[in-house]
Amino acid sequence: MIYNRFIRGEQSASEDGGQSMDAAKTGEFAHIGKSVVIKGELSGSEDLYVDGNVEGKIELRSYSLTIGPNGNVKADISAKAVVIQGKLDGNVSASERVDLRKSAVMTGDVTTQRIAIEEGAFLKGKVDVQREAGRAVPAGS
Amino acid sequence: MSSVSENVMKFFRSSNQVASPAVPQKLTRRSSGMGEVSRLLNSQEGLCVLDMGATSASNIRFFTNNGHKNYSEDLLCSSLDPALRVQDSAGNSVIDSKKFLEDNLVYPAAHFDVALVWNLPDYMEESLVKPTIDRLWSVMKPGGVLLAFFHTRDAGPDSTCYRYHVTGTDMLEMREVKFAPPGRPSSEKRSPRLQRVFNNRHIENLFRDFASIKFFLARDSIREVLVVR
Repeated sequence: MIYNRFIRGEQSASEDGGQSMDAAKTGEFAHIGKSVVIKGELSGSEDLYVDGNVEGKIELRSYSLTIGPNGNVKADISAKAVVIQGKLDGNVSASERVDLRKSAVMTGDVTTQRIAIEEGAFLKGKVDVQREAGRAVPAGS
Repeated sequence: MSSVSENVMKFFRSSNQVASPAVPQKLTRRSSGMGEVSRLLNSQEGLCVLDMGATSASNIRFFTNNGHKNYSEDLLCSSLDPALRVQDSAGNSVIDSKKFLEDNLVYPAAHFDVALVWNLPDYMEESLVKPTIDRLWSVMKPGGVLLAFFHTRDAGPDSTCYRYHVTGTDMLEMREVKFAPPGRPSSEKRSPRLQRVFNNRHIENLFRDFASIKFFLARDSIREVLVVR
């Protein structure tokens, strides 16, 4: 069960009592549905899609995190790649890339090798693009 | 007594204007001020750059490709937050500049080498302009440079509000800025209204605590101002 692998700390799911967590593992990633509220530390060894509320810390290291359009995350994030479509209040450290889609609203600092920002995305914070050895690093839209 | 919504609407053009085309306008301009900033950026690595316009991928690319750190903070958008509005002693709705500076431009002293203010002072509520410039003075390093654009009198109150994207050492792409008034759907986005026109003396007063100021007068009713902290 996804809860056991991912979640340490306080957790709560409204309305469906957490059923969306059980039912929502689709394709190659785990899914936190929009009615789910989690407070605590998330860590795991598979890609994760968050469309609910998460407050705490998210550590996926060599896996990807996607914050869906309904996602509201207040957490520092460490992952290989981070895609933001919803709201994030926290710092992001991504070993590969960060994508801010047009609906993204992010307050926090970004440290990554590559960043892509769609027109309309909102970012309040620092962007520190760390160069790959011997390469210039693009930040595209 | 004016209501909160009336005050907020002062930032936007009147609704009976001709609607803008669906495709965003893309214009470019050569900027002598940006050219000077680029010279500084090319001469050193690891500078801290504060970009006070809307989030721009091209600006982040331009700065980070040269090994600099980019900080984004869209103060015009932040200044429209309805939570900043309070009633003064006469019952008028005014912006709480103290709260604005508690929530924005919160950085250590002497942190930035470059501050790109763009056209913010022309479109921001007047009560926020001087406190914002004073805060910038404290978060900039001595010798740091600030670039701001001011309209000349010829611009007119309905001159388009642009966001500036750096596309080359002295080239900027201009895209029209539009905001939805607080609480309104995004389909009601409008361009902010020019709040005032500063003359040279006003500008010198605004930056009187800074070490030096240099003006570049452009053809498009814009006065570029390069200020050294």
